Amino acid sequence: MRPLLEVQGIEKRFGTVTAVDGVSLDVAENEFFALLGASGSGKTTLLRMLAGFEDPSGGRVLLDGADITKVPPNHRPVNLMFQSYALFPHMTVRANISYGLEMERLPKAEIARRVDEMLGVIQLEGLAHRKPDQLSGGQKQRVALARALVKRPRLLLLDEPLGALDKKLRSAMQLELKRLQHEVGITFIVVTHDQEEALVMADRIAILKDGKLLQCGTPREVYERPIDRYAADFIGVMNFFEGYPQDGALQVKGATFTSTDPMPQGAAAGAVAAVRPERIRLGRGENTLAGTVRAMAYHGLDLQLHVDTAAGPVTLRLTADVAEAQPLHPGDPVTLGWSARDTRLFPA
Amino acid sequence: MNQRASTALMAPALAWLTALMVVPCLLILALAFFRRGLYGGIEYTFTLENLALVFDPLYAGIFLNSARVAGTAAIIACVIGYAAAYAIAAMPRRHQPMLLFFAVLPFWSNYLIRTYAWIVLLNREGLIVQGARWIGIEGELPPLLYTQGTVIVGLVYSYLPFVILACYAPLSRLNPEIAEASFDLGASSWTTFRRVTLPMTLPGIAVGAVFVFVLSIGNFVTPALLGGGQFQMIGNTIYAQFLTANDWPFGAALSMVLIAIMMGLLFLQTLAVERGSGGRVRDA
Repeated sequence: MRPLLEVQGIEKRFGTVTAVDGVSLDVAENEFFALLGASGSGKTTLLRMLAGFEDPSGGRVLLDGADITKVPPNHRPVNLMFQSYALFPHMTVRANISYGLEMERLPKAEIARRVDEMLGVIQLEGLAHRKPDQLSGGQKQRVALARALVKRPRLLLLDEPLGALDKKLRSAMQLELKRLQHEVGITFIVVTHDQEEALVMADRIAILKDGKLLQCGTPREVYERPIDRYAADFIGVMNFFEGYPQDGALQVKGATFTSTDPMPQGAAAGAVAAVRPERIRLGRGENTLAGTVRAMAYHGLDLQLHVDTAAGPVTLRLTADVAEAQPLHPGDPVTLGWSARDTRLFPA
Repeated sequence: MNQRASTALMAPALAWLTALMVVPCLLILALAFFRRGLYGGIEYTFTLENLALVFDPLYAGIFLNSARVAGTAAIIACVIGYAAAYAIAAMPRRHQPMLLFFAVLPFWSNYLIRTYAWIVLLNREGLIVQGARWIGIEGELPPLLYTQGTVIVGLVYSYLPFVILACYAPLSRLNPEIAEASFDLGASSWTTFRRVTLPMTLPGIAVGAVFVFVLSIGNFVTPALLGGGQFQMIGNTIYAQFLTANDWPFGAALSMVLIAIMMGLLFLQTLAVERGSGGRVRDA
């Protein structure tokens, strides 16, 4: 089946700066897709090109197979939820939501019906007559979402949709967004700099770096199989050990690590072994390191342990039961182990 | 800051305004309730005749005509000024202060000189007539000076900087994403302007319009110079009562009604500004 959205080699240059540099990606119908990148990675520029607010310097955008590269925003079946929400301050919640439908010149009765329905979906029926100034941050966010969703776009673009909310509300809204997306059956593309948010919400994640597409895959793929050191570092926490290959293994300071990954090309000049904190256990493993506990951070659900080793500092996470069974204190000697399967190898 | 400190800080300004403006104005306005003396002096007997005379068709007519002239000037100034402010606000941010400076520049030169300059431009042998002759337009040209239209043009010219500044303030503070949101939801540029940008910047227009109206309706220099005494505005009438007819009580009565109109409008303007806040980019 043809993907809903096809982005083909899209580029955007501002003077001498290339903000987006030949990005190609496909998004399937009903997919929850995340564009993940640090600030300056070009993710917002890419989103604005999909909405029609920026003219690409090169490349094409196809929606349902039709070229929409030159179609202005008001004629695209695509809606954008702005980071600032951009609610109309002089209009009530109801007027904000019905605005887009009025632009479609729908009959009054249908507009009223669809707005009521949408107010129900976002659970703000009681606040329909409020002005945006009289709403909390979370409520504004939901109105902004409703205003875009009520148009039933083919594609909804969300620019840092949860960026302005506090942490607790944010994790609640992550699940809420996913539920809503499922309920309305609209394809979502979310821009975020928060890797955790992308992992929780998205069906697939595209990691952008310096305007280029670095890696695209399911959350599991990008977390477990990052394509390079940058991607590994950007998503989640990762321990890195620099070393040199020797007999198919990686020789690092004070230890030798084996991996199921093939040795990367050009590794003779140096390579990096990487392992996630939650993959490291106490005791020996296929790969083993000895060290001393430097510090511990209690996180409730688990315990984060910082260990100094000959190969450098290592971070690992112990679940609460393991930590309780074997109490540790700063200064205690520990042995850390993990399997070759959990060891990634990257070029230096 | 505690209340005592703010009272102390406000005291000099309050004393200054009270002693040098409010009191003299009240004294002049009080004259409205006294009779005019036989030889121009004031006879201190209470009367409402002066106020009644203000509503005589002759003077009420002058009021209405002044309001019409001032209203027309206010509308024209708002249309031109809003367009200019809109264009300035759409320019790159670093150019905006310079453009505003140029827009306001005429305002810093002497009002009288500026108005006289118009006479040089518009009189029978003025630059415009000479220009018309030079490009070959023959025959009797319509009078450019000493018409109501000329007065309106002069008033618009004088007070345009006020309107540009008043409209620029809300326009420059608009979050551009709000207009983009309208565009994104399917509105055309015109609809976006009509339903989003204009209503959000209406307070600026209200401020500008009231300024032009209030300053125009009481103006006497422009009607005197550019109108050439061909028709009277209320400012000229008051001027004449005080300085020519020597009828201070009636001049005071006219002033009182004029001030009441101005105060009412300024009050409404304040209300409009109070209500129309929000929708700006919040300061981080």
